[in-house]
Amino acid sequence: MAELRDLYQEVILEHSKAPRNYKKLANANHRAEGFNPLCGDRFTVYLDLDGDKVRDVSFEGSGCAISKASASMMTQSVKGKTIAEAEQLFEHFHKFVTTQNHAEGDSAQLGKLAVFSGVSEFPARVKCATLAWHTLQAALEDKQEPVTTE
Amino acid sequence: MTLAAKAGLAARAPNAHAELDVQAIRAEFPILERTVRGKPLVYLDNAATSQKPRFVLDAITRYYEDENANIHRGVHYLSELATADYENSRVRAQRFLNAAKSNEIIFVRGATEGINLVAQTYGRTHVGAGDEVLITAMEHHSNIVPWQMLCAEKGAKLRVTPINDRGELLLDEFEKLLGPRTKIAAFTHVSNALGSINPVRRMTEMAHRRHIPVLIDGAQAVPHMAVDVQAIDCDFYAFSGHKVYGPTGIGVLYGKAALLDAMPPYQGGGDMISSVTFEKTTYNKLPYKFEAGTPDIAGVIGLGAALDYVTDVGMDAIAVYENELLEYGTEKLSTIPGLRLIGTAAEKAGVLSFVLKDIHPHDVGTILDQEGIAIRTGHHCSQPVMDRFGIPATARASLAIYNTREDIDALAKGIERVREVLG
Repeated sequence: MAELRDLYQEVILEHSKAPRNYKKLANANHRAEGFNPLCGDRFTVYLDLDGDKVRDVSFEGSGCAISKASASMMTQSVKGKTIAEAEQLFEHFHKFVTTQNHAEGDSAQLGKLAVFSGVSEFPARVKCATLAWHTLQAALEDKQEPVTTE
Repeated sequence: MTLAAKAGLAARAPNAHAELDVQAIRAEFPILERTVRGKPLVYLDNAATSQKPRFVLDAITRYYEDENANIHRGVHYLSELATADYENSRVRAQRFLNAAKSNEIIFVRGATEGINLVAQTYGRTHVGAGDEVLITAMEHHSNIVPWQMLCAEKGAKLRVTPINDRGELLLDEFEKLLGPRTKIAAFTHVSNALGSINPVRRMTEMAHRRHIPVLIDGAQAVPHMAVDVQAIDCDFYAFSGHKVYGPTGIGVLYGKAALLDAMPPYQGGGDMISSVTFEKTTYNKLPYKFEAGTPDIAGVIGLGAALDYVTDVGMDAIAVYENELLEYGTEKLSTIPGLRLIGTAAEKAGVLSFVLKDIHPHDVGTILDQEGIAIRTGHHCSQPVMDRFGIPATARASLAIYNTREDIDALAKGIERVREVLG
C-alpha cells in the first residue's frame, strides 16, 4: 500500500481539496481549454502574460485528485516565470512523471512538484498529471481548439 | 458433429432450469485463478468486456490447430470442416436470438459495426433531407454517432427521447417523438452506463404502428437475459460477442430477411458476390451479401461456443442469479456514506454505476485496482448520459455469471479504503 501513498501524497490531497488560483482570471490575455476524453477531466487555464513573463495564471474545471492538484501546483510554480522557463519546467515535469527511475537532481529542478514522483508508477494516471500543463502550453500558444491528452 | 458436441461441455451437468452453481462456473474461467497486485482478481468490468471460459478458448484453439482453412472456397477437407463450423455458429446465433431463419444472422465485428451497417445501407437509402432518426438519451456513442453521421450527410434530424432522474426512458415522450418524418428508431435494450432495461417490445410496437422500423442495440442485454427477436418483433438487433463470454472482434447483426434483402451491400469484396465482370457484379444472397472478405472465422467459432456455453448454463438461471446479485450490490453500496447510485431504474440489469461525494471516479478506480478490483471509470462512451446527470464521470461495477457476493463485499470494502486514502 506504500505505492498508493506515493501517488496520493498529503500535499497532493491537500491541493486537490483546496486548489490554489482556482478562479477565472478577469484580465487574462491568453486562455485555453484542456480535455481528457477518456475520463472526462476538463480544465480551463487563464494566463496574464506581461511580455514574455507570466504575471498571473489561474485555472477552473473538474477532474480527479491528481489532475486538480497538478493544475493547482502548476499555477504556483509558473507564476513569475518567463515563458521559456515555464516550458522548460513542463519538459522536466513530463520526463519526471513518465520515467520510473528518477536520477538524483531530478527533484531539485522541480521543487515542490517532486511530490508527483509516484505518478510514474501509475502509467494510467500520467495524463491526469500532465493535463493542466498541456493546457498551459496551449494557452501560451493561444490555441483556439481545446487540447486533449490523446 | 459440431464443435460443441466434440468438446463436450464442461463436467457441469446440463443446467437449463436449475440454479446456477457459481463455484462450478468460476472454475471454468482460467483468468479468475490469477492474482492482481498480489490480491485475488475481483473482475467487475463485465460491461466493458467479459472473461472467457475454457470452453470458448478451446474452441478457438481447436479451430487453428485442427481445421484452419478458409471457408466457402475450398473443395478440400479442412475447408469443408471450417465452413461447417462457421455456419454452425450462425445456426447457434439464430437459436440464441430465436430468429426465424439463419440467413438473418450477419456476422460483423461487433454491435458498433452492426449499427453502422444499418445506418450506411438501410439508412442511406431511406433517410432523406428533413427526415428524422429517433434515438434515446441513454445511448452508447455507438448508437449515436453512426446516426449523426447519416443525418449530417442527408440533412436529416436526430431526435432524442429523454429519460428521467432514475435513468428510465420516458415512454410517452418516445411515442410522441415518433412522427411522420421518423424513418427509423434506434435504441438500446439495456443501458451500458445506467443498467436500465428498456421496454423494447412496447417501443417496437409503438414504432410499428406508424410503420417505422426499429434497430435495437443488444450489446448489454444478451449477456444477462434471454432475447427473442421474433417476440420483440424488432427489425434489427445487434450485439457483440466479447460481452457474452466470446472473443473480441466478432458480433452479430440480426435483420429481418425482407429488409436485408432489399438493402444494398455494406462493403464490396470476395464472398459477397455471385459473379463479377468489369461491367457488372451480381451480389450474393443473404447472409453472404453482407459478409465481404475472409471473415473472423476463429471468432465466429468462438462466438458459437460462447452462445452454447451460456445456453447450457441457462439464460433464465443467469437472469435470476445476476438479478439477486444486483439487488445485493445495490443494498450494500447504498449503505456507504456519500455514495450515490447513478441509474436506479425499476428494471435494471448488470450495472452498478456510482459517484462518491468529493472523490473523482478516476481516483476510485486507481485505489480499487490496488486491491485487485477491476471496475470502469469515466463516461463509459455515454457522454450525453453523464451530462444528463450533471456529472463528468462515474465509477461502474458491472456483473457477470462468475461474480459472487464476496466480490460485492470486496468492492464495498475497497470503497471504504478509497475513503480512507482520500478522505
